[in-house]
Amino acid sequence: MVEFALPKNSRMTVGKTWPKPEGATNVRKFQIYRWNPDDGKNPQLDTYFLDMDKCGPMILDALIKIKNEIDPTLTFRRSCREGICGSCAMNIDGINTLACIYGLDEVKGDVKIYPLPHMSVVKDLIPDLTHFYAQHASIMPWLETKTNRPAKEWKQSIEDRKKLDGLYECVMCASCSTSCPSYWWNGDRYLGPAALLHAYRWIIDSRDESTGERLDNLEDPFKLYRCHTIMNCAKTCPKGLNPAKAIAHIKQMMVERAV
Amino acid sequence: MADVNRGNRPLSPHITIYRPQMTSGSSIMVRITGIATLVLAVFAVWWLLGVASSDAGFAGIDGFIRSWFGDLMLLGATWALWYHMLGRLRHVIWDFGYCLEVEISEKMGMGMFIGATVLTLFTMIVV
Repeated sequence: MVEFALPKNSRMTVGKTWPKPEGATNVRKFQIYRWNPDDGKNPQLDTYFLDMDKCGPMILDALIKIKNEIDPTLTFRRSCREGICGSCAMNIDGINTLACIYGLDEVKGDVKIYPLPHMSVVKDLIPDLTHFYAQHASIMPWLETKTNRPAKEWKQSIEDRKKLDGLYECVMCASCSTSCPSYWWNGDRYLGPAALLHAYRWIIDSRDESTGERLDNLEDPFKLYRCHTIMNCAKTCPKGLNPAKAIAHIKQMMVERAV
Repeated sequence: MADVNRGNRPLSPHITIYRPQMTSGSSIMVRITGIATLVLAVFAVWWLLGVASSDAGFAGIDGFIRSWFGDLMLLGATWALWYHMLGRLRHVIWDFGYCLEVEISEKMGMGMFIGATVLTLFTMIVV
């Protein structure tokens, strides 16, 4: 359902303004979404100030600095700090990306950080990804074969392997799906760009023998066809992938097998 | 996660905090112009009904459409119609699997705004 306004318990209030660092000349303002499941209050926007002369170059460096030096209760996911684990996906300066590979110099002015959009918030910048992962599982993200297992590996030509480029790199950070207005309004039934990109990754895998079943599974007004090629997904993907293109190719295969 | 409070988890902000994109803007405009032309079609039907019914009925709706407000409405409708047509054309190109890169789609989106404006001016000159 299209619902522009946030539910009552989700409306943001002005939060705490934390003190500025003393003696700093190069200060930058950060506004960060906070929600504590234990205090019964609405979410709030807290304001922090950091001395940029003593801060690393990435958004994640700033978040860790705030957590270490100002406010240890600030909660966020992070792990690899090099864009391969997908943990630190969040909405930074109005777009979804990974905090670890997004430079502070890429943001003009104050830095605004929210959790991934239109998600249930567990705490602060941590969204609940349970449904997102379940949708990924529903597209059978594994090799399905019917012929007997070969003595060694399932072989693939260089050309066939190339078809997986631009798909296998996805780290499931959920930036794309949570940037998609269709996913915002119909995320319960529409699979979203991430799950569909993975679906296509297995559909065009030359070794996979369940292409028909995979397409059958997606032949649904919501699961696949809520994609209206809005392309926020491709625009925001921190890995530079193009889920919109993958989805368009699935739609093409649907037509091709029907005619 | 035994005693985690799941009951009143807030929904994170979405449309109010997401930066508008060329691709999303040009996309929603296709929907909006589609709905707008549908509304304008009501006036077209009304006008035809006027033609079919009586002199007085026709004069009423014809006068309204020929007023400055009617002119403005028709100008908007012309733009919306052209824009919507270009938008659907973009969908046809996409559905054939072409031009799905972000940069090209953004250029096509910009082209739809410029194209609709140029075609509207052209229509005004011709009609």
